Amino acid sequence: PHAGPVDSKNEAAMSELVPEPRQKPVVPMKPMGINANLLGYIGIDTIIEQMRKKTMKTGFDFNIMVVGQSGLGKSTLVNTLFKSQVSRKSSGWNREEKIPKTVEIKAIGHVIEEGGVKMKLTVIDTPGFGDQINNENCWEPIEKYINEQYEKFLKEEVNIARKKRIPDTRVHCCLYFISPTGHSLRPLDLEFMKHLSKVVNIIPVIAKADTMTLEEKTEFKQRVRKELEVNGIEFYPQKEFDEDLEDKTENDKIRQESMPFAVVGSDKEYQVNGKRVLGRKTPWGIIEVENLTHCEFALLRDFVIRTHLQDLKEVTHNIHYETYRAKRLNDNGGLPPMTVETEENHESNL
Amino acid sequence: YTKLLFSCQFSDSAGYVGFANLPNQVHRKSVKKGFEFTLMVVGESGLGKSTLINSLFLTDLYPERYIPGAAEKIERTVQIEASTVEIEERGVKLRLTVVDTPGYGDAINSQDCFKTIIQYIDNQFERYLHDESGLNRRHIIDNRVHCCFYFISPFGHGLKPLDVEFMKALHGKVNIVPVIAKADTLTLKERERLKRRVLDEISEHGIRIYQLPDADSDEDEEFKEQTRASIPFAVIGSNQLIEVKGKKIRGRLYPWGVVEVENPEHNDFLKLRTMLVTHMQDLQEVTQDLHYENFRSERLKRTGK
Repeated sequence: PHAGPVDSKNEAAMSELVPEPRQKPVVPMKPMGINANLLGYIGIDTIIEQMRKKTMKTGFDFNIMVVGQSGLGKSTLVNTLFKSQVSRKSSGWNREEKIPKTVEIKAIGHVIEEGGVKMKLTVIDTPGFGDQINNENCWEPIEKYINEQYEKFLKEEVNIARKKRIPDTRVHCCLYFISPTGHSLRPLDLEFMKHLSKVVNIIPVIAKADTMTLEEKTEFKQRVRKELEVNGIEFYPQKEFDEDLEDKTENDKIRQESMPFAVVGSDKEYQVNGKRVLGRKTPWGIIEVENLTHCEFALLRDFVIRTHLQDLKEVTHNIHYETYRAKRLNDNGGLPPMTVETEENHESNL
Repeated sequence: YTKLLFSCQFSDSAGYVGFANLPNQVHRKSVKKGFEFTLMVVGESGLGKSTLINSLFLTDLYPERYIPGAAEKIERTVQIEASTVEIEERGVKLRLTVVDTPGYGDAINSQDCFKTIIQYIDNQFERYLHDESGLNRRHIIDNRVHCCFYFISPFGHGLKPLDVEFMKALHGKVNIVPVIAKADTLTLKERERLKRRVLDEISEHGIRIYQLPDADSDEDEEFKEQTRASIPFAVIGSNQLIEVKGKKIRGRLYPWGVVEVENPEHNDFLKLRTMLVTHMQDLQEVTQDLHYENFRSERLKRTGK
């Protein structure tokens, strides 16, 4: 093994404990160092294992927001993603309920555990978005909510006696559901993403993708990507935050070929070829949610949960939150008033 | 002419006058004249309207279609586009006009999006009223909208606020037939649930959609009941032919199977087509006797003529 400086990624993971006020980095860079020639094994690499153990003990927060018109399968998809009943759909919400007259923000928290790792998952739903006759500015309550979470975090950060672990309610990821019309984006989609891509990580998904044939899907995805590009909308993973060549290559492929993911969700199981699979049963066949030849759900799941979960949190913390913080410091000519105690004295220990 | 026919065919039947033959004569004259029918199609972009129309009439009404992007749509208002096509089948000529309403429901603020549509329908009534009251009434062209297919999104949980407002504003001006297109997006259970929800909401808001008249003595009562029970029709359209069991049929090819447009177990397409074709006459009559007369009496009352 050779000694090298601690990964900036790991630094950020620990920084959730006590975040330091930092200057907004232009592009998060790996700090350079000198490679020393070691004469024997020291054991520095065990730090990875130590960190892993720590993460397992403390667990972590993940906050995911879903936005889209009523009926696009948002709640079902979130349940499918986390293989648990974690959405609004499963906590007393009745699908026969009327569409709310304004946009509401509903946050539901669950603790889920896998392999000894605990995740405090919060799903933030936005019923009423895009459902009215007049949808002007319907993204404002959502932008407001996101900024309120940054504000909450900021207040905690500048406290004199602050908590060891600041409860993180900031939105790490916003799944935006595009209606599978097969034509193009809608004006509302453009407006929402234009405004919100500047404050939160937006991952656009094409909902109810079982409505399109393979050809239609490919064409539609191409058109949507083009439209997003032409309108200057940077969805996650944003080009400017690629840390190195490796990231860039991986993310380029995702940005230019896979996204937006065309997904299908389901919480029902069926027997296919002797296996139990999640799917949708129709008179002409069973659509298998986790079958890559049927839809891209597995790609979305792997992307959000298995490969980019930590990065989503980091970009939220290092970029979006820092941008908010810098703006606050400049605007008011100072930080929010410091208090010894905060209103909520609960810890987010699991 | 009548006497000639009578003497040739029924000369040996005493007491038979022969006016029972009248329907045949009307029929023959109508066939010569041809039929006119105007169908309006309303719904948000991307609900499968054009594909369905092409499937219904087995023709391509939209050969050089341009689909605008979202940024363009922001500037657009609702347009009215009418395309007319002459269809002939077994000597019967149909002059079909399909009225499209691109831009409906696309804008962020759809508050006024059906004003243009109401205006169009009223204008056709106005023109007919004017022609009817004129001197030369031999060649009145009937451009009045006889039927409006209103497309309900299969992606929602029922009617949207815009759907309700539109239907309430137009059920007194045109025959509304609610349609759920892209029905292959739904499982059978979801389809039933959506249909029920839509019907509940329609009745809750006092919306009057087109009612199928009771079956005549020579019509299949059961078939009519089945048709009635399927409203709103959940349909699938397709511009493509797929080979299934050696035959070329209209359908959609998915990795998990083939959806057949004309398979009654897959969707209500055949029911919709049959309903439309066998009720063209009735749709025209209701337009004339109910919607047009309403318009006419309102207009005449207003101008105090």
